[in-house]
Amino acid sequence: MKYLPLLVAALLRRKARTLLTMLSVTAAFALFGMLDAVRVAFEAPESLIGIDRLIVASRFSIIQPLPLGYLSRIQSVAGVKAITYANWFGGVYQDPKNFFPNFAVDADTYLAMYPELVLPPAERKAFLDTRTGAIVGQALAEQFGWKIGDKIPLQATIFPRKDGSNAWTFDLVGIYGVSDPALRGLERQMLFRWDYFDEGRDPRYRPGTVGWYAVRIDDPTHASRVAGAIDRQFANSADETKTQSERDFQRSFAKQVGDIGLIVTGIMGAVFFTLLLMTGNAMSQSIRERIPELAVLKTIGFSDLAVVGLVLAESGALLVLGGVAGMALAWSTLPAVRDLSAGQLDVTMQPQSWELGLCLIFLIALAVGLPPALKAKRISIVDALAGH
Amino acid sequence: MGIAERPLPLVEIRELSKVYQRGREAVEVLHHVDLAIPDGDFLALMGPSGSGKSTLLNLIAGLDSPTDGSLRVAGRRIDRMSSGELARWRAAHVGFVFQFYNLLPALSAQKNVELPLLLTHLPAARRRRNALIALELVGILDRASHKPAQLSGGQQQRVAIARAIVSDPTLLVCDEPTGDLDRHSAEEVLTLLQRLNRDYGKTMIMVTHDPKAAEFARRTLHLDKGTLVEQVA
Repeated sequence: MKYLPLLVAALLRRKARTLLTMLSVTAAFALFGMLDAVRVAFEAPESLIGIDRLIVASRFSIIQPLPLGYLSRIQSVAGVKAITYANWFGGVYQDPKNFFPNFAVDADTYLAMYPELVLPPAERKAFLDTRTGAIVGQALAEQFGWKIGDKIPLQATIFPRKDGSNAWTFDLVGIYGVSDPALRGLERQMLFRWDYFDEGRDPRYRPGTVGWYAVRIDDPTHASRVAGAIDRQFANSADETKTQSERDFQRSFAKQVGDIGLIVTGIMGAVFFTLLLMTGNAMSQSIRERIPELAVLKTIGFSDLAVVGLVLAESGALLVLGGVAGMALAWSTLPAVRDLSAGQLDVTMQPQSWELGLCLIFLIALAVGLPPALKAKRISIVDALAGH
Repeated sequence: MGIAERPLPLVEIRELSKVYQRGREAVEVLHHVDLAIPDGDFLALMGPSGSGKSTLLNLIAGLDSPTDGSLRVAGRRIDRMSSGELARWRAAHVGFVFQFYNLLPALSAQKNVELPLLLTHLPAARRRRNALIALELVGILDRASHKPAQLSGGQQQRVAIARAIVSDPTLLVCDEPTGDLDRHSAEEVLTLLQRLNRDYGKTMIMVTHDPKAAEFARRTLHLDKGTLVEQVA
């Protein structure tokens, strides 16, 4: 502690440089905290404990559809209380950058399956009665300024129409809210009728198939048993199934992009490499400027080890202050990300992310601090004081 | 006083040589120097540039090691010490005053003076008190909280002297302590050094180019081409 004034003096010697270096460390570790939380969320083991809604999709690929004929067979599995189905559509509105999730759903059963989507009765009836009807979440409607009665054109990116065009037009008949503010992320999607979609799609795109089934089970404690029973029904068939929780299904969906862990590791590798160069350069510059001061410390009796310790403490302080601030920033921001995904992406900072972050802080501090520390150790007092 | 009763000199140098390697060339900066400096002396070392006076000062202060010969300070052979032992020895026995003060710019005068005390086991309150006493001794207590940039050259050198004496060292080495000061400030600093020698018995070795500065010392030695050439009483 008695060396603290020396440490503070070293850090405050060039306030702007220290601040900028610390901010770059903060930014890197904030990014690390968020990305590692995503990685952990995607790499968490799958679990069916306490789940009352399950998703049945193709065992082989999320983009492989399942026959509509599975509906009655899944329904007949003991423990299945309700069922619905949906299809990812992947349409874009006006411009590809206007991306939002849009699904073809079996209107009646879908709304019954997801009571968290709150739709006024009149709009619900309009959705059930209008073949070209679509409903959107409040947030999405506000984003594009849509109101009931609008015609919403979507450009298909996967499913062309029978006539070969990609233009699908829907009538906006309802705007739903959510029952829980934590699910606001669900308000950023659009649902339209599966029968309209199925009849309209190009015959080459397998009409009569669905993207996935969602089933409600009678008792969450039966989740594993029911999931196993469903999958056994279709074992060794052309379209084998994989039944999993909604969260695991969402993760599988996102994993289509690629190996999330590898992507995150790649990004973080680049970020930390840049950080290493930047912070290393700042530290080296700082030590170069202070060679006469370090020589004075050695002159009055500070040992080589003490000087090495001071330089390492300086890099440690930079990394610890900036790194912990960055991790704390990520920790405080992630609940908002979680809310945006309506809780489907459980991105919270786990203890393992903190542990990994602290290890990285330690290692980077060492990597950044050691070369200038050794340089400081090698300073010849006589040469440094003579200005050589 | 008989020879047997004569006290040992504080600094005892025998056949001291220093050779620097400049590329392939070996340059002998000090050539078999013999010197004895008694306790309480105030010695001025003079000589032209390159004569070896700063090298001799650095060797006596334990900042550098001789190539040959022996160097004993307060009875200890410092020429045989490792760099770690020398660092500990310097902390306990030597105070330094440099031409350009060499204060740490981000620390206040008081914190600068406290620096040598960080190497002791003194508690913070005691360190602070000793630093303030040293500042008072050099007549600059009212500037204790000022940073070096807020002080004049003469004031900075006083802070440097306070730093040099705060741990009550055996020996005070001063390398051109007035080289960067105007005449008035230089005289103040030299008077202060003289007072520390006379009133407090501090042994001092001062390298200087300035004959007027050397007049403040008890005696002056001249070095030329690495050899002591003249001794003026």
